[in-house]
Amino acid sequence: MRYLLSLLIVCGAFLSYAQDEDSLLDLLGDDEPTQDFVTAGFKTTRIINGHSFEINAHGVLDFKISHRFGYVNGGLSEMFGLDAANIRIGLDYGVTPWLNVGVGRTNVGKFYDGFVKARILRQQTGKKNIPVHLLFVSDLAITSLSTERMLADLGLTGIYDEFPIYNRLFYTHQIILGRKFSEGLSAQLMPTLVHRNFVSNSTVSNDVFALGVGARAKLTKRVALNAEYYYVLPDQLDHTQNFRNSLSIGFDIETGGHVFQLHFTNSRGMVENAFITETRGDWLAGDFSFGFNVSRVFTVYRPK
Amino acid sequence: MKKTLIIIAAMAACFGADAQGKYFTRDGHIKFFSSTPIEDIEADNHKVTVVLDEATGKLEFAAVIKSFEFEKALMQEHFNENYMESKTYPKATFKGEVKDFADQSFDSDTEVLAVGQLSMHGVTNDVEIPGTIKKGSEGYTLTSKFMVKPEDYKIEIPNTVRDKIAKEVEVTVDCNLAPLKK
Repeated sequence: MRYLLSLLIVCGAFLSYAQDEDSLLDLLGDDEPTQDFVTAGFKTTRIINGHSFEINAHGVLDFKISHRFGYVNGGLSEMFGLDAANIRIGLDYGVTPWLNVGVGRTNVGKFYDGFVKARILRQQTGKKNIPVHLLFVSDLAITSLSTERMLADLGLTGIYDEFPIYNRLFYTHQIILGRKFSEGLSAQLMPTLVHRNFVSNSTVSNDVFALGVGARAKLTKRVALNAEYYYVLPDQLDHTQNFRNSLSIGFDIETGGHVFQLHFTNSRGMVENAFITETRGDWLAGDFSFGFNVSRVFTVYRPK
Repeated sequence: MKKTLIIIAAMAACFGADAQGKYFTRDGHIKFFSSTPIEDIEADNHKVTVVLDEATGKLEFAAVIKSFEFEKALMQEHFNENYMESKTYPKATFKGEVKDFADQSFDSDTEVLAVGQLSMHGVTNDVEIPGTIKKGSEGYTLTSKFMVKPEDYKIEIPNTVRDKIAKEVEVTVDCNLAPLKK
């Protein structure tokens, strides 16, 4: 009996001191599930010419310079295109965590353009699982070319008594559906509608439907390879002008606050209506240009 | 009768040892600060998990890297994507113990040394971190300030931004622990 009691006491002693050797943190159990937003699918808000599924954060101002040289087939006398320069200067701003606006001016076509870009769905895991990014972009461009220049570019020779200002307006509406598949791969689809108020003749559509596709492969932590293609559905554009689909390929290089995008593209224009519906360059004939975009972000407002 | 009482008392003493409890928080605060002539970088994490076991002096911290908040959104993105690679290494942890915990009383701010392993970015190093512990009526208060070298944890800093990030980063910890009730 005595031995039994001693045994019980000793057992009791061991029991109370036999705390598990496991991590103390395990005692707390699992953390509550949090929302894990997928970030940095592209290094900046443009792939090459068109928009990517990334937007600027609330209070962030993005200074954008887009530069395209002339066609490479200009040869040595044109320094392979370097002698010509086309530029768009723009400013994008994050108005809310899900809404960006931007303005810009391009010398090609003398366009002034402004856009709104709204994020509808944000790719995330955790508490809520959303597999894609879904955004809507709407751009309005106005050309300040002289009427004569504008008509000449369209291949028209007549004289117009009246050329109302709304003839100069171009609207682009775009849905961006994309996904960051992994650290190394992101891709997106861009069904797009470009509406031109004024077109050269009745066989040409005012409304042009196109489907864009863009992708990026991240090569190192700071360098990515991007490609972008806009396919315009047939029988919409002026077939006498030999327009082509916009195809671009380039590299993104990121340093602290800048993203440098170096690329080749067959498009001269830098506004949606221009590069989607007015691209003339034939890659196989050497009608492509070297170009670069520089993006510099500033935090001008810190949301609480 | 006396013998029975003694036996019962002995058994009670054994089980009574459990009165020394565990303390925890899920809202601990860790801040880090890097200062160079070119740029200051700082971030705060207010969701740090901390557990302290009074019986053994064991102390553990866990901080989710994505919970570090920066003033600049782009800085936070670069921190996670390029430097800490938080997709691959989501947490930083400290597991160790307070040296000579049982020998000290913490009625006032008491300087202590936490000895253990600090893990982040997939690298674990043995560390000795000085700090202060005080026990109040509601629980423990822990504070500490110490330096960490990013290169000790294989955090790569490219030459172009080498001068923007200090070689030693100052880490500040302060948290209040409450008793852990099972």
